Amino acid sequence: MGKKTPLYAQHVQANAKIVDFGGWNMPLHYGSQLNEHHQVRRDVGMFDVSHMTIIDLSGKRVREFLRYLLANDVGKLKESGKALYSCMLNEQGGVIDDLIVYFQDETAFRIVVNAATREKDLKWIMRHAKNFAVQVTEREDLAMLAIQGPQAREKVYPFISTALQKPAMALKPFYACWNGQQFIARTGYTGEDGFEVILPTKNVVKLWTDLQQVGVAPIGLGARDTLRLEAGMNLSGTDMDENHTPLESGLEWTVAWSPANREFIGRGALEIQKENREHKVMVGLVLQTKGVLRNKQTIYNEREQEGLITSGSFSPTLGVAIALARIPQGYCQRVYVAIRNKRLPASVVKPPFVKYGKACVDIHPPVQDDIDD
Amino acid sequence: MTPDELKYVKSHEWARLEEDNIVVVGISDHAQESLGDLVFVELPEIEQEVGAGEECAVVESVKAASDVYSPVDGEVIEVNSILLDQPELVNSNPYGEGWLFKVKVESSSALDHLLTAEEYKSSWEED
Repeated sequence: MGKKTPLYAQHVQANAKIVDFGGWNMPLHYGSQLNEHHQVRRDVGMFDVSHMTIIDLSGKRVREFLRYLLANDVGKLKESGKALYSCMLNEQGGVIDDLIVYFQDETAFRIVVNAATREKDLKWIMRHAKNFAVQVTEREDLAMLAIQGPQAREKVYPFISTALQKPAMALKPFYACWNGQQFIARTGYTGEDGFEVILPTKNVVKLWTDLQQVGVAPIGLGARDTLRLEAGMNLSGTDMDENHTPLESGLEWTVAWSPANREFIGRGALEIQKENREHKVMVGLVLQTKGVLRNKQTIYNEREQEGLITSGSFSPTLGVAIALARIPQGYCQRVYVAIRNKRLPASVVKPPFVKYGKACVDIHPPVQDDIDD
Repeated sequence: MTPDELKYVKSHEWARLEEDNIVVVGISDHAQESLGDLVFVELPEIEQEVGAGEECAVVESVKAASDVYSPVDGEVIEVNSILLDQPELVNSNPYGEGWLFKVKVESSSALDHLLTAEEYKSSWEED
């Protein structure tokens, strides 16, 4: 029996196809994954992300603790409400999980980590928090909705508590504001504008139904995956894991090397890897023929060196197959993907593929196969 | 929806016998529904000899790829190439515009051993 979010009954009522996701019974789609994808890119949709793990960290040395725990530098967070994306590494530099950390005040930071890695994340955080006398509180009393799409903020506005309306609408991207237990961040996982709203579990059904009544469509995990892939965002456990570092996962930009004297977990291993420059790198792929790229397909460059697709799918916005793939370093414009008994050409691009509803890569329309002769 | 006038195989294909020993093949409504939105279809070659139970086409949804097996022995004489551009027809009309390919069989008895609608339904309702 999987765990259920407070919105499980609403999902079932909306005809969701329910699947297991990291031990949770979650909606995959409510009829059509493609329509849900387009709905978010063109208008607005909402995701129940209450399965994600919200953790509050408090204590006098909480900033110092996070500067040690995370590969990105929480020292960059100077303004209350500012958020930061970071990897949490093991000693070998492998990615335990990725997360968003919100700076609330000098003694209180909030982090949101993935559902599938909840237990090991909590264990790891608690193990290190002890040494800094930081208190770790998992907020199982809170639920979370992501409302995403060009119309998202306008649609959410009427349902924000009066005191928070103004600050919420004034938020810059990657900032949050809060009042009591209502917490609103201008963050997301789709490449569109929007809010992520954290609120007490007992209030989430009302917000969900209120939003549904003004035309905000529920969106399942299927579309969440194609949206994040188009946005070039990694999925923890798929595009990165404990055996791969941020440098091998397209996330070097999230590693704060300076100041050089900031010690963080995994730093030593990353520096050696950075020095050697032999590690694989993450790129984006666009398939140049009809077909669909899938996780774990093998790819070859012109020198027959192998790489691997970590996330592949059909891009509903671009109408072609796209992927994130880990390949050997070196200049490379084109690779070949082994699909069943064929090798199909794919061009190498720099993600994101789509952002704010617009294509960001050169697709090169697929060459027509002469299959129908 | 599982029309009574068609024959089925456990691997979720349907077959319909037409004139001149031609069998039309597609995937069932149940199959398209579990796959979700189709985005790509790979069809067999014309004149390809296929055996019953042999994989000869692929349907891919956003979520997954699935092999399609020929329900009968014979020669492929036509494929529904409209699906190459409009794979979604399989979702919207799996027994009509969403057919996949046609196989010429030796004898009109080729479908006799396939499942009836009732037998097919109970084959996956048990799972």
